[in-house]
Amino acid sequence: MKFDIEMLLKSDARIVASTFVGISLLFIIVAMILGLDFNGTVNTIQRIMFLSAVYAMVVLALNLQWGYAGMFNIGVAGFMLSGVYTMAIITGDPNGIIPGLGLPIPIGIIGGVLVASLLGLLISIPTLKLKADYLAIVTIGFAEIIRYAANALTFKTFSIAGVEMGTGAGRGIHLPMNPIRNLYYTDPSNLGLGKTVFGQYVFGFFEIIQVQSSVVVSWTYAIVLIFVVGLFYLIIYRIGNSPFGRVLKAIREDEIVANALGKNTDIYKMKVFAIGCGLMGLAGILWQGSYGYTNPTTFQPILTFYIFIALIIGGSGSNTGSIIGGVVFASLLFEGPNFIRRVIMHVFKFDKAPNSIIEAIIPISSFDLGPFVAYSLANISSLRVVFLGLVLVYIIQNRPEGLLGYRKELAASIDISRRPGAEVKRGKRHE
Amino acid sequence: MSSSGAKKKQKGGKNSAKKYPLKVEKIGKRFGGLSAVDGVSFSVEEGSITGLIGPNGAGKSTTFDLITGITNPDTGVIKFNGEDITGKKPYQIANIGLVRTFQITRELKDMTVMENVMLAPKNQIGQQLSNVLLSKLRRKVKDQEEELLEKAWETLDTFHLDKLANEYAGNLSGGQRKLLEMARVMMMDPSMILLDEPMAGVNPTLKKQIITLIKKLSKNGYTFLLVEHDMDVVMNHCDPIIVMHNGEVMLEGTPSEISTNERVIDAYLGGS
Ligand SMILES: Nc1ncnc2c1ncn2[C@@H]1O[C@H](COP(=O)(O)OP(=O)(O)OP(=O)(O)O)[C@@H](O)[C@H]1O
Ligand SMILES: [Mg+2]
Repeated sequence: MKFDIEMLLKSDARIVASTFVGISLLFIIVAMILGLDFNGTVNTIQRIMFLSAVYAMVVLALNLQWGYAGMFNIGVAGFMLSGVYTMAIITGDPNGIIPGLGLPIPIGIIGGVLVASLLGLLISIPTLKLKADYLAIVTIGFAEIIRYAANALTFKTFSIAGVEMGTGAGRGIHLPMNPIRNLYYTDPSNLGLGKTVFGQYVFGFFEIIQVQSSVVVSWTYAIVLIFVVGLFYLIIYRIGNSPFGRVLKAIREDEIVANALGKNTDIYKMKVFAIGCGLMGLAGILWQGSYGYTNPTTFQPILTFYIFIALIIGGSGSNTGSIIGGVVFASLLFEGPNFIRRVIMHVFKFDKAPNSIIEAIIPISSFDLGPFVAYSLANISSLRVVFLGLVLVYIIQNRPEGLLGYRKELAASIDISRRPGAEVKRGKRHE
Repeated sequence: MSSSGAKKKQKGGKNSAKKYPLKVEKIGKRFGGLSAVDGVSFSVEEGSITGLIGPNGAGKSTTFDLITGITNPDTGVIKFNGEDITGKKPYQIANIGLVRTFQITRELKDMTVMENVMLAPKNQIGQQLSNVLLSKLRRKVKDQEEELLEKAWETLDTFHLDKLANEYAGNLSGGQRKLLEMARVMMMDPSMILLDEPMAGVNPTLKKQIITLIKKLSKNGYTFLLVEHDMDVVMNHCDPIIVMHNGEVMLEGTPSEISTNERVIDAYLGGS
């Protein structure tokens, strides 16, 4: 009987695939209600997939640290920022308003990942001897310090050894053109100059089904990101489902035992923290990189909070759960409220929403709920946080292990739930 | 049990010089104003089952903590196989063959019994990141995992935990947790094992089996230091016996010397 990891993987692939399909269908329906054309629908789904992939990546990285090793990193946003900004500075135009080093994108990405990972390593060291709570304090402190630094005028431009560079402070910083465009355009910075042969064919095909070229480009990027999610999964799956992962789990459960059983737990924690932070940096780069621009406001502590909610929803400790959590969070909880608003506004043909809560409440006295509903909907992004709080409370009370956390994902490179000898015997009896 | 890490030597014959792998010299540990361990010295002979007894709070578990590096002694020196291990980290001490079980069991609750047991073995190549990440090297890791799995099943058989292999350790009963503690350290191929009340709460049949196992292992050269409150077990199977009282060694001797000593009777055994 070959009923082990492969089976699990197959069923997991099915879970992930059906989540993607289900979410897509849902948004196709939403787009239909909104009366979007085909191009609009395709574009909507692209946005959902893109954000889902970004979340899935970061959640997977956090799962390695928190789900496996119990390392309470609440500075996720800070490590993402470190990666993005390093990349921006490395690739920036030396003659730009905010000068950079002018190096190629791959070097920028590698540099960003390394810096995020190195910062993770440095931060983990002083807290190794302390309880998990201290790591939390140090990481949130770090994330805020680095965000303030990125925001500070002092670092708008600065020079190291005579080389000019900068963060752009509150205005933010440019990121290099998304290289995906090179696939389609001869000059990505000036789209009018013409398309590549590949671009002509692909755009030509999609024109027939009324999909605009810009949507094709962004879909291409989303597909690349989905592949990267697969890569993240593979890396973390291999780390987690191994003797190394066993030690991580043991550290989470009881570090003293892991130590008493001969494992140098400090080294494991440092490694895992560095890898996790590096992956967070990479996810940040791939996320912000698509916008061509980033600023410090993107990396507020609430971002870390979102990642944690996504992980809790999916099931801390489960890699498949991490992906599901990321997708569900990004599509339903993060983007969902906006679409609910749009659908309701569209279906009930609400007029413009009132500008203040007063204007919204007064009509209630004359039994006109419309303005109040419209006002609430217009402010749905603020309500999102309330909504998230409720979801979190519900999950913690009713399903603390998350969607997939109930499963035994055994930390081993082989299936250790079976008994090898017994299998052979059973086999022989059949012969 | 399959291959053992202990030197498979018979207990020192009459003419061979006695060996003492563990030597504890004047170790002390204070917790605030309380002297939990106060100038304790003793040696444990290779292949022996040495008993460590004494009233509650005598300092037995603290002595174990000091020996295995869980806490560092304020004073004194601990030597294992001639090497000074004072102040070494628990993992370093465990990896040179000196392991211990915990009185208050420390099972890894959200891991299965099998995961608990598979965690323990030393030198697992799959604990190296490059070996688990690179496809080429993963073959070797899997092969070693298969070997360890086989050994783990044998160990679970020995401790009657085989039927619970896929159960979460947090769901085990008190006695089963004690067994898991022992099974886990046995997977480390140790040469010396400190057992802190390994049989408390274990049923009589299994208790006998554990004693038989310990005796068999000690004949094969494993060395045991055993903390136990069950005087039947101690008097019948441990020799020598060290008695601790108020953080100090009160007496060391053979079971008959201990059981007839008046100070020991007063302090611990109770006049009967
Ligand atoms: N971490 C600690 N902090 C403060 N006091 C401690 C600590 N550990 C142990 N003690 C104290 O040290 C003394 C010795 O405790 P220890 O656990 O070594 O006793 P024991 O001989 O193992 O007892 P028992 O037979 O009940 O297990 C006790 O008085 C205990 O309260
Ligand atoms: Mg004790």
